Amino acid sequence: MPQINAMIRVLTSFFLVLFALTATPNLLKASEEHAVTDTISPKKFNTGDLIFNHIKDSYEWHIASIGETHIAIPLPVMLYSKQTGFHFFMAGKLHHGTESYEGFHIATEGKYQRKIVETMTDGSEVRPWDFSISKNVTSLFISIALILVIFLSVAKKYQANFAKAPKGLQSWLEPIILFICDDIAKPSIGKEKYQRYLPFLLTVFFFIFINNLMGLVPIFPGGANLTGDISVTLVLALFTFVITSLSGSRDYWVHLVNAPGIPIWLKLPLPLMPIVEIMGVFIKPFVLTIRLFANITAGHIVALGFYSLIFIFAEKSIIAGYGISVLSIAFTVFMGILELLVAFIQAYVFTLLSALYIGLALERHSHPKHA
Amino acid sequence: MGLVMPEFGLFFWMLISFSILLIILKRFAWGPILQMLSEREKFIEDALKSAENAKEEMVNLQTGNEKILKKAILEREMIIKEARELKTSIVNEARHEASVEANKVMEHAKAAIERERAAAIEEIKNMIANFSVDIAEKILKEKLADDSRQKELIQNYIDQINLN
Repeated sequence: MPQINAMIRVLTSFFLVLFALTATPNLLKASEEHAVTDTISPKKFNTGDLIFNHIKDSYEWHIASIGETHIAIPLPVMLYSKQTGFHFFMAGKLHHGTESYEGFHIATEGKYQRKIVETMTDGSEVRPWDFSISKNVTSLFISIALILVIFLSVAKKYQANFAKAPKGLQSWLEPIILFICDDIAKPSIGKEKYQRYLPFLLTVFFFIFINNLMGLVPIFPGGANLTGDISVTLVLALFTFVITSLSGSRDYWVHLVNAPGIPIWLKLPLPLMPIVEIMGVFIKPFVLTIRLFANITAGHIVALGFYSLIFIFAEKSIIAGYGISVLSIAFTVFMGILELLVAFIQAYVFTLLSALYIGLALERHSHPKHA
Repeated sequence: MGLVMPEFGLFFWMLISFSILLIILKRFAWGPILQMLSEREKFIEDALKSAENAKEEMVNLQTGNEKILKKAILEREMIIKEARELKTSIVNEARHEASVEANKVMEHAKAAIERERAAAIEEIKNMIANFSVDIAEKILKEKLADDSRQKELIQNYIDQINLN
């Protein structure tokens, strides 16, 4: 445990510094924007827009806005339209969503808000097949590269100094790896078969954990809301679902349709229990999807909400904005620390529940008489 | 609503990248790491077990040594006791033999003395007889020097003979 305590301490101080550093430019940005909105347009500071621009995927990686100049990394856009075929261009061509290119533009409202849509000849907007390397996809690639670097180097270290005390990165990861092996996989799946599922559980855990942490870092290459994106959590839950279904024992499937020990009137003529059981099979991955997505997204929303307080108050008076910033930063730091905990807990919960579902599917019952 | 709707593009990339990540990590990271962890666990367990065994052996050895020492002490005592017994028995025997020998010598001596004494007595007897004869002779010679006495004596003897 002292290792984990030290880790938390180091990470906490790291984030404290980061928050302190990022708070200042944001304040400058706020006052400048404020000045601009005062003179040019009466457009008010929109908290919802700010938050959703952050937590949602986008076609460029926004780093900062100074006045009206946006600093952002343009990312490649890949589209397949049924009418015009494949399109490949950089997101810079769309000028932060203000211009259209090759008939494509980013919708500012409606069903496809913040997404690229194609304007048809009759004026209607249609969503093409979108394979763009968006902000989240880029973040996904970066995190995967990071995970590969970390674990391949650690694996090499394990082979190099066998039967020696772990060193460096290895000693940070070993307690977590052992924790997943001995405290999640072994009790949930059972001693005989847990080793088969360890690679998946470990990969899922570290993927979620590292991406959660990267989401907490406010500057590039962190800051993307990857584990708070439902597409990502859906894929993770689908992996659990497929693995659970493939490893399901005969008993597992039989019990879905004909659960033992339940009165017959719950099964015939109206198959209430079978319906509930079969729904449960799909509800499990659905819950996994929603839980991770909601927790991480909510964390980002709350942290950004505290920051928005500064700008909301600054619209009333600059002094109030500066005044509230002390409170906001204190709250955001608190949220940051809380999110560190959530980052670990959500990774843990996802892994634990996946292991439990696999364990349930593997279970063999030995009932003396089946109902 | 856009927030809770899965996006096809990200879904597609995530599916591919996560599969690749899973395969690479399984093959090149988790495999070796887990294998090394379990091997190390076994190694440590074996080391602990062998240490335990060594300890046990040592205890056994110690008790063995103690046993041998005890046995040696016992043996030594026994040897000493035996030696002591042997000594006393030898001494006793010697003493016994000596006394027997002494007795024998004594007996011999006694017998010899007896014999000598008997011989001496015999000799003395003989000597006394001779002396007696000599004395008698002398006396007779003295007595019979006078004829009357010879006659008296002869008369005496004749009286004593008592002729029937």
